[in-house]
Amino acid sequence: MEEKEFSFALSEEQGTMKETVARLMKDLVAGRAHDMDEKKTIPAECIQKIRDLGAMISVIPEEYGGYGMEYSPIMNALILEELAAADMGVAIAAMTPAMFLLSLLESGTEEQKKKYIPPYCGGNFRPCSAAVNEPRFRFDPVELETRAQKKGSAYILNGTKCFVPMAKDAGHLLVAADVEGTPRLFIVSSDNPGMKIGEREKNLGLYALDTYSVTFDACEVPAADMMGGGDPGCYERFLQKSRIAMSAMATGLSRASFEYAKDYSRERVQFGEPIASRQAVAFMIAEMAYEVDAMRLMTWRAASLLENGKDAKRESFLAKLYAGDMTMKITDFGVQVLGGHGFVRDHPVERYYRNGRGIAILEGMATV
Amino acid sequence: MINLDMNTKMAEFRATINNLSKSVIRPISRKYDEDEHVYPKELDVFRSFSILGGGKKKKKESEEPGKSKPAARKIGTNMAMVLGAEELSWGDAGMFLSLPNAGLGNAAIAAVATEEQHERFGSKWAAMAITEPGSGSDSGSITTTARLDGDEWVLNGEKIFVTCADRCDVVVVWATVDKKAGKGGIKSFIVEKDRPGFKLEKLEHKLGIRSSDTGTFVLSDCRIPKNNLLGSAEVQTATEGFKGVMKTFDNTRPLVAAMALGVARAAIDFTREKLEESGIVLDYHRHPNCMSSLEKEFYIMEGNLEAMRLLTWRAAWMADNGDFNNLEASMSKAKAGRCGTLITHKCCELLGPLGFSREHLAEKWMRDSKIMDIFEGTGQIQHLIVARNVLECSSKELK
Repeated sequence: MEEKEFSFALSEEQGTMKETVARLMKDLVAGRAHDMDEKKTIPAECIQKIRDLGAMISVIPEEYGGYGMEYSPIMNALILEELAAADMGVAIAAMTPAMFLLSLLESGTEEQKKKYIPPYCGGNFRPCSAAVNEPRFRFDPVELETRAQKKGSAYILNGTKCFVPMAKDAGHLLVAADVEGTPRLFIVSSDNPGMKIGEREKNLGLYALDTYSVTFDACEVPAADMMGGGDPGCYERFLQKSRIAMSAMATGLSRASFEYAKDYSRERVQFGEPIASRQAVAFMIAEMAYEVDAMRLMTWRAASLLENGKDAKRESFLAKLYAGDMTMKITDFGVQVLGGHGFVRDHPVERYYRNGRGIAILEGMATV
Repeated sequence: MINLDMNTKMAEFRATINNLSKSVIRPISRKYDEDEHVYPKELDVFRSFSILGGGKKKKKESEEPGKSKPAARKIGTNMAMVLGAEELSWGDAGMFLSLPNAGLGNAAIAAVATEEQHERFGSKWAAMAITEPGSGSDSGSITTTARLDGDEWVLNGEKIFVTCADRCDVVVVWATVDKKAGKGGIKSFIVEKDRPGFKLEKLEHKLGIRSSDTGTFVLSDCRIPKNNLLGSAEVQTATEGFKGVMKTFDNTRPLVAAMALGVARAAIDFTREKLEESGIVLDYHRHPNCMSSLEKEFYIMEGNLEAMRLLTWRAAWMADNGDFNNLEASMSKAKAGRCGTLITHKCCELLGPLGFSREHLAEKWMRDSKIMDIFEGTGQIQHLIVARNVLECSSKELK
């Protein structure tokens, strides 16, 4: 295979997709994100319209009901940044089925693909989700406490998950569970009697997104539903892609806070001049500007490795770690630049600050 | 199409320079830190090396404004320069600055010299003299004067912090031909070391980069030929000429960022080695809540290093592709200058006693990295430039 050119420039196709998503989000979400947050719901037609773009479904081969376009982690990262710049809750909601479907596509056995992909490729948005996080402060995605034990031709799952987006309406969940010290992914159907969807969670941020705790109590899953058969690499790939996705969303969210604070600082007049003309404020704006760029470039770099079929363990880890820290710094600056006005919910920087906390904490909430 | 995965050519180039750095520069790093002001003669092997001095001439073509952009976006001289600068500064930043025939003055000559000047000075080692005792970041305020007397310029003034002052052959001196014209009156002149009235007054003793010599020149009625005025002989009344010389910074700032990157990486590599020797496994996998504070700090340093590198690469890549990169160049240096300092501090802290001892190089990297947040524009100046760019403020609106 010929080597790709090293480049920081978007291709025409990438530029068009980025603009299309940005325009759609401007129409759909801008001006409504606050409302969605207050009402704690995302209108169904909003998610449907993002889905109608076909960005997620397009990479699924025609035989499973998609369009057979080339899969591109970089393109997905570009899309996620734009979605999250409008609203992180909407971004996660729109991408939730992709966690399930892209994993299947990449790691699933032929039987699993045939069985589980087509039902989600119809015209309507139908949620399926992934359950990774667990409710304990030492949660570690590579040392899971949800365990799966082999019993005959099935696995028995026990444990509790949290922050499972759209779990209530999801037809299937991709569940991360430990099998003899190694994390694995299981496909669990919503009608499995051993799986119980809890109450909708009340979170610090992402009010509009519905997330749930999910309990597995001697939940029996056929061995055939362990993702990828015996392939131990599929969880690793899932984790890398989700980390890049978190970092892409962090970029979008932080960009939104940066842009809002930047505009505000030019308009807000104190002592007879815009506060932007004071270095104490201007230097915060400068730092926000280059840190947003740094996050984006780290996302792109990790995604580039995946795109070229290489391992991105280190780069995806560092991108998410960096994004987690920097998002808090940037969204904090966003509130600080607005002062008291940043503390009231009329301005979005307050929401960005709450939502941003999720980047460092959460794993497996989206994918590229 | 976005692709930030280094290609084979870049990786090979980088490995070659790293080998040189490892075998030639690093082994003598401590020696010349102690022997301040002694020229590291081992660097003579780089005299025939074309990556730095030689490359600078070529970049001119792609940078000329108004020239059509190349159809295919490419890896050019600036990208090669930052890759090389990182690797060589990983060996020793002071020695990177001391590479023969690769001074800042050479960059200025490569950028604006006439054909005839290329002939005369292209193979000389050229230092750059801008700073004066009363003129630092505000380089528009310099007071060194150049007066035309017949066929000669007569220069008077004092220049400080001149890198390679002792080692160079010629010095590119900034002077004003008309104080009333402000920045528009500032020109650069090539002064040969043996001109009467041009005296190397002293060499500085510094916190770091001690293997690089830094000196003060005094010019008293120093006479140079008329055609030693660098570039066009026309005296511009507008600030265009000054903007031209400032534009050099858009290429040199990513280079300094790359130096900061090299020094910080050296510190990180050494720290990693010691952590691993003590049995700590760095596997880039676990959730930060499930690792020690020391491990987390290490990973955050690595994240910052990646951020520094990508911002630097972007600025250089843009320069190679003829894109205006004033904002991105300052972003790279703002980030790399500050983080380079913080990383080398933190490494010394994490290394404990090993970080305070001169038995090891960590303490030296902490001293060396500080200058990266100062020269070619302090971190504060970089933040000002970034802020003015993104806020669309003039220098009057945001001081």
